Amino acid sequence: MFSRSYRAAVTVPPLVWVSVFLLVPYLLMFCYSFWAVSASQTIVHSWDFHNYKDLLTKSVYGETLLRSMWIATRVMLLSLLLGYPLAYFLSFYGGKRKDLLYQMVIIPLWVSYLVRAYAWKTILGSDGVLNTLLQYLHLTSHPLDFLLYSPFAVVLTLTHIYTPFAILPIYAALEHVPRNLVEASHDLGATPLQTFWKVIFPLSIPGVVAGATFAFVLSLGDFLAPLLIGGPSGIMISNIVVSLFGAAYDWPLGAAISLSMLVIVVSLLFLSEHLEKKWSFS
Amino acid sequence: MLRDVSLEIAEGEFLTILGESGSGKTTLLRIIAGFESATSGELWMGRERLDQQPPYRRRVNTVFQHYALFPHLTVEQNVAYGLRVAKRPETEIKERVSAALEKVQMSAHAPKKPSKISGGQQQRVALARALVNRPRLLLLDEPLSALDANLRRQMQVELKSLQREVGIAFVFVTHDQEEAMVMSDRIALLRSGELEQVASPREIYSRPATAYAAQFIGHTNLLKAEVQGGVARCGTLSWPTQLPDGQALFSLRPENIRVSTGATSDGAVRLDARVTQHAFHGATELIRAQSTDGQILVVRTSAGAAAQDQLALEFSPLDATPVRESPERN
Repeated sequence: MFSRSYRAAVTVPPLVWVSVFLLVPYLLMFCYSFWAVSASQTIVHSWDFHNYKDLLTKSVYGETLLRSMWIATRVMLLSLLLGYPLAYFLSFYGGKRKDLLYQMVIIPLWVSYLVRAYAWKTILGSDGVLNTLLQYLHLTSHPLDFLLYSPFAVVLTLTHIYTPFAILPIYAALEHVPRNLVEASHDLGATPLQTFWKVIFPLSIPGVVAGATFAFVLSLGDFLAPLLIGGPSGIMISNIVVSLFGAAYDWPLGAAISLSMLVIVVSLLFLSEHLEKKWSFS
Repeated sequence: MLRDVSLEIAEGEFLTILGESGSGKTTLLRIIAGFESATSGELWMGRERLDQQPPYRRRVNTVFQHYALFPHLTVEQNVAYGLRVAKRPETEIKERVSAALEKVQMSAHAPKKPSKISGGQQQRVALARALVNRPRLLLLDEPLSALDANLRRQMQVELKSLQREVGIAFVFVTHDQEEAMVMSDRIALLRSGELEQVASPREIYSRPATAYAAQFIGHTNLLKAEVQGGVARCGTLSWPTQLPDGQALFSLRPENIRVSTGATSDGAVRLDARVTQHAFHGATELIRAQSTDGQILVVRTSAGAAAQDQLALEFSPLDATPVRESPERN
């Protein structure tokens, strides 16, 4: 249908782009992950699995990875808990304001990530809005220090930042639930609550899975929120990777951790796609 | 938009709401089901007032136009849905569901998802899903409109005999007058939100109340006549009538006009006409004929009975049914 040169013209540039900026870097990372750093701070091309062994045996990496996954899990659950009702309301009761309300979900995404993270710093800090208020109300005598620089702060911030990513696919899925199915369910004697659990929710599962995947994957790889407001106890795996590629100068270990993360994330994406397919009907 | 609709449905009756698109027939159905509420008026089922109850409390079930089967549930689960939400015992559910599937000949497809069965089969499942709950009233919203002509005729017969068998009142919505005639005990003809006539198919055909009813159900000739002293005159035609003096409208069915065989039967109205058009309908033929004074009549004859161009036609004055003028509405 299209000429050979036309097809080449549209396919070659993206392929080159992906090769140069994605495949080659990953290939390099893959090689690095088997290499080592000598005592004189040079990279030694010694092919073995010691970096992966370190990752599994040295508790700091394993623990941080687990903590990151735990933080990401909490962010995912909170995003779903906050996002689902909102998406549901928007889709079923949005009425004429639907488009406006939808825009309001998107608008926070236009604000710089850094600004939003810093905003939480001014809210949660020891001189922050929240502590000042608590003391003003005499609920506490001195600033609460677990608010900022803690996993709690990281979860809170990431939830704020990534909830829109959970809302959008859930909203799209709910919009695709045929309304005559809702009527059919009521017609067959199901109360609104039964209708929700037996018809609406099952049909929105692909959106929930997509939203959960977004929230989890984006949180898992986040390094700015822990850096700004996580403190020592809120460190996540990406912060370790950043320091390994930076000050610690252990690129091979950094590469090994990165690739392990990549494997985790890609497996999750496959799982998520499988679940979405399983629960979509057309 | 419905106005002043008053309708009574008997136990076990097959009532068809017939009307063109936009006549409000689906709205009427949705009001009975509870998906929409009327701005005024009441809805009763026996001694129970329905219009103040949510749809899920009404003992009314619906077969939706596009079936609305739950895509994530199997055929069996779809049929069991109403009983499950009513928390019937599982053994009873099993029995009733398999009996319902049996009744619509869908037992073999029980474990399939709706997307894996044909439109006609989905139709049966939707029917079983509604009937398994033993509603007092079943609403059917153009359930056959998505089927092809053959299957449609077959389903009309099946649906009718099923209704006889279960003895549940059916309210069937359609825009197809033939379908309405074949299936119904009574037809409620709806036009622009108002009831035009409610009567049995036979009555509505032979005694249409209005010009619209006469034209919508079957073919007809509308004769605009002037009545004076018990005689109706339309052009050169005239026949006796009991109507008072003034303008009157008569409906004359094409099959009630005969090709004259020479000897005029007593009291018949005669006219000479020129054939302008033939339309072959198998056993019969519809002929458009123009009388000498310009009146156009549609005549149904047996096929081939009127081969010549000039015809002598006659009809009995008893077959000219007076009908009311149908005023413009919107």
